[in-house]
Amino acid sequence: MAQLSYLEAISDALRIAMGEDERVILLGEDIGVHGGAFKVTDGLFAEFGADRVIDTPICEEAIVGSAVGAAIVGMRPVCEMQFADFVACAFDQIVNVAGKFHYRLGVAVPIVVRLPSGGGFSGGPYHSQNPEAWFLHSPGLKVVAPSSAEDAKGLLLAAIADPNPVLFLEHKNLYRRVRGEVPEGLYETPFTARTVRDGDDLVVIAYGAMVHTALEAIDQLPDASIRLLDLRSLCPLDEDAILAAVRDCSKVVVVDEANYTCAMGAQVSSVIAERAFEHLEGPVVRVATPDVPIPLAPALESAVLPSVERIRAACDELLAY
Amino acid sequence: MRVAPNKASRTNQAAQAPAADRPSGARNGAPAAQADHRSEPPHLDRDDRVALYRFMALHRAIEERGVSLYKQGKVPGSFYDGRGQEATCVGAAFALGPADPICPLIRDLGAHLVKGTSPRRVLAHYLGRPGGVSGAREGNVHFGDATLGVLGMVSMLPDMMPVAVGMAMAFKLRRESRCSLALFGDGATSVGDWHEAMNFAAVQQVPAIFVLEHNGYAYSTPSAQQFVVDPVERAAAYGMLGLSVDGNDVEAVFEAVRQARERALDGGGPTLIAAHTMRMHGHGLHDDARYVPAEQLAQWAERDPIALQRDRLVALGVDTDAISASVAAEVDQATTEALAMPMPDPATATTGVFSDGEAIPIGIGRAPWSGFR
Repeated sequence: MAQLSYLEAISDALRIAMGEDERVILLGEDIGVHGGAFKVTDGLFAEFGADRVIDTPICEEAIVGSAVGAAIVGMRPVCEMQFADFVACAFDQIVNVAGKFHYRLGVAVPIVVRLPSGGGFSGGPYHSQNPEAWFLHSPGLKVVAPSSAEDAKGLLLAAIADPNPVLFLEHKNLYRRVRGEVPEGLYETPFTARTVRDGDDLVVIAYGAMVHTALEAIDQLPDASIRLLDLRSLCPLDEDAILAAVRDCSKVVVVDEANYTCAMGAQVSSVIAERAFEHLEGPVVRVATPDVPIPLAPALESAVLPSVERIRAACDELLAY
Repeated sequence: MRVAPNKASRTNQAAQAPAADRPSGARNGAPAAQADHRSEPPHLDRDDRVALYRFMALHRAIEERGVSLYKQGKVPGSFYDGRGQEATCVGAAFALGPADPICPLIRDLGAHLVKGTSPRRVLAHYLGRPGGVSGAREGNVHFGDATLGVLGMVSMLPDMMPVAVGMAMAFKLRRESRCSLALFGDGATSVGDWHEAMNFAAVQQVPAIFVLEHNGYAYSTPSAQQFVVDPVERAAAYGMLGLSVDGNDVEAVFEAVRQARERALDGGGPTLIAAHTMRMHGHGLHDDARYVPAEQLAQWAERDPIALQRDRLVALGVDTDAISASVAAEVDQATTEALAMPMPDPATATTGVFSDGEAIPIGIGRAPWSGFR
């Protein structure tokens, strides 16, 4: 085991996947000599060369579209969107080509699209988005969002091994903030939820950076027995883990960093309402970013992103219900 | 043969091509000048020339049958055909090797046939039967048998251009002697994906062939409202060879693509080929295309691609009537078999969204040209 940052764990996964499997290639903007805007691919160009670490023009549609083409002739491409926000420019290739090929034509499309996502550092409206819901609504795409260094590496290795298109949400605000023990070598983390902390008075369901925010909130409520469930995978969604947690805890707070409407948290709430209504001892409470673009100024950004205080207040209120 | 010769300078080829090689530009108003039918094409033997004719005749006969079945209410959805454009898709596909994937467009049935898709499976596809090419998940023109290296198009055009670039990129990376080919219409050249694919293909110097089916109209929009400059002129700006060819002359299209393939496999990078042709029907059967001037259609009808090739074969002493009869019999038989296939099981509608096995790369198709024998 090595102590790695979340970012180093992602780099480690890429290095291992490329070393183990020559079909793995990387495509993205500034990922070569420069090592990527966040340095996730730092050193890979020197190690694996320009053939396998491909600096592309600014062309998100062509990055994903050419990855689809390479994948269906036997490669395992991993695309980097410089910021998750720019995946909007590749939306058509992901949703209409990659996501539907297997259903329409029986052609598997093993690509990974890495999405440096999320806010919390004054990135403003175009460098802070959490676009996962766009893709959850589109059939044929898997979506994962690790919160820890260990899961970041294991989920990325599993995503590269998966025969389907996988969107890999790596939260920028965790890149260097989160460190942890990471197993060495190749391992795959399953696309299932993980119980971060056990408890039976209430369960907080979160993913990505919000796992850490929720954990801080829970730490401030030492008198309650609060479970924390990290979804890790948004599609497939581990409904069994969600329903088991509801049965055990009976009270649920669902946290999203994404905008409120039609978010992952909305789907989780819906699953609970449909399939665990009789186990609830209170309304499902949601904490999410309101339906606004992410503003840049720290005072404004922190006013919209879910905070430790908002999550704590939601838990407090529900515990007293 | 009216293909610009393969000379040294990549960027100047299009500009150097004689003006006569680029019939009517963006207006698409008049048919191209007559090709020389008397000369023997250097890379096609007699069997090849017959095969080109038969694939085009089969393309048309299957679509005529599809129209008839559609009018009988047996074809779900809508129906689109490629009448008048048979030479472009057949000639292009005929020049490809067995391992060269092709991304056909909606009027390119002939490309599927050249690659080895059976008429029975095409008709079953039209009829919405699971024994068809898309397992009844897709309609009329959205299909492709990936096991033969044919990639079914999506409606967002030209989305398969970047996909073709990626396939070619993989071939180059693995040092395989293969190329990819994508067909697209004049309307698709206005979309951002077209630019992204052309630029990326040129930057990476990938072995890809882009065939523009310049058929005059994007649905009802004439080329003159689509662009001012013929898209073939853009090739030079991207740094690739661009040339125009008579899209109704199947042997000319074949030769242009054959040369482009040779260049691609020699490391010469991508080529843009503008095949000038005419969409002789509406966008689909629902479209009577009254916006197309009658005289324009009449002019192009005189240069019907199948009649053009038939004249050549007759001059060679080939019994084209016998070919027509065998095509008709094949389509009859295929229709009977397709109509006998069961309808899809509704329980299968939600299956197969994800792959749960090892990802299988697309397969190898037929390559009937004598050059591959």
